[in-house]
Amino acid sequence: MTSHLRLITIRVLSLLALLVLWIVAAALTADPQILPMPMALIKPFFTEFASGELPFHLSMTALRVLWAFVLAMSIGLCLGLIMGYFPEVDRWLDPWLVVFLNLPALVLIVLCYLWIGLNETAAIAAVTLNKVPNVTVIVREGARALNPDLKAMAKVFHMRRSVYLRHVVLPQLSPFIAAAARSGIAVIWKIVLVVEFLGRSNGVGFQIHLYFQLFDVALVLVYSLTFIAVMLSVEWLFLQPWERQIRRWRDS
Amino acid sequence: MVVLTTLGAPDTSMEGQLIRVDIKTKSFGEIEILRDIAFSVEEGETVAILGPSGIGKTTLLRLIANTDPDFVGKVDRPNNMAIVFQEPTLLPWRSVLKNITLVHEGLGNDDAMAALERVGLGGKGDMFPGQLSLGQQRRLALARAFTGRPQLLIMDEPFVSLDEKTADEMLALSEDLIRETRPATVFVTHSRKEAKRLANRVLELNGSPASFT
Repeated sequence: MTSHLRLITIRVLSLLALLVLWIVAAALTADPQILPMPMALIKPFFTEFASGELPFHLSMTALRVLWAFVLAMSIGLCLGLIMGYFPEVDRWLDPWLVVFLNLPALVLIVLCYLWIGLNETAAIAAVTLNKVPNVTVIVREGARALNPDLKAMAKVFHMRRSVYLRHVVLPQLSPFIAAAARSGIAVIWKIVLVVEFLGRSNGVGFQIHLYFQLFDVALVLVYSLTFIAVMLSVEWLFLQPWERQIRRWRDS
Repeated sequence: MVVLTTLGAPDTSMEGQLIRVDIKTKSFGEIEILRDIAFSVEEGETVAILGPSGIGKTTLLRLIANTDPDFVGKVDRPNNMAIVFQEPTLLPWRSVLKNITLVHEGLGNDDAMAALERVGLGGKGDMFPGQLSLGQQRRLALARAFTGRPQLLIMDEPFVSLDEKTADEMLALSEDLIRETRPATVFVTHSRKEAKRLANRVLELNGSPASFT
């Protein structure tokens, strides 16, 4: 427990140090148009919040992140399992994977908008396609690392397929799925902002685009920092505890 | 390559011979590992397969257990099988009790608890296998194997890397369980002492490709 407390203390101190750095930099710049003081963001934050603008755009972005996350995880999980299980399929699909892994996010986004149109489907498809190869690669590693002895054991004892998948395969894959989920959510929300920046009329990315054109650094910061806070709390409140839960058997 | 195996279908011609092994040849790529291995095991009989490390004992067991169907020949085996590996091969992410009930779904918690009690793991049902000592993990593997009252029991060097005292206890426990359950047992070892103690019949694997001498 003390080590946990220590970890939290370090985190808080580290974030405070960042804040101090910001204050120093803002003092040196001495131009709120370029870098406002952190305290100067509090008022615009509450104004945006009270007007309902901030919650609206936040929720639009969060919804897109959620959609893309669920889609990318499910498709990547299936592909990764199939490619990990069947070497022949893997040999055929691996070059595709390499191509998609090396395709810049921006190219996929622009192509999706051009081919599908400037709509929600294109936005979510672009983000999903950006993330699927990544999830696939991680899950494929997991599927390749499945313990052959446990498989033999399950076969000899005639374990039912569903029981085998749930109690033998899934627990072996869960560290890989957790890794894919955590790196996934981090990448996805960044790509969602770009997608919104380029072709949506709402969301945090759209607002950043708007205030970028108005050279309003304060509001650009308000929107980005709020969303960073949302994503960090998802990480700390959901993903990390979930990962601890599935790792419980290792630590006891 | 012709592959002939029979999946546990009851064969009336077997008459007490629970398993019948007739392996013509088994190769990995170019290298032939096993050739002309034929034997049968009756109900309640324990056959030990003896041979030095690397001779192909484990390969032979995999063919018998049907976890490797890629060979030329035929193996008749009953449907109700159990296996004990060199390693305990447990599900470390499930409780000790679940390690038994997940494998034997027809079994209630009480039966599984009794099985744990029988191998000296009473009261440890809620622990994870990682919290047990290696000796206890092996006992759990034995409990898992015998709980389903198997007709065919396959054991692959289940007593290696145990200290002498623990190995001896395990051997005694296996002896008792085999006597109670009376499966046809095929048991692989490199220790003549273990083979003599546990088996009614000892078959020795020799040569390359290996066959019985």
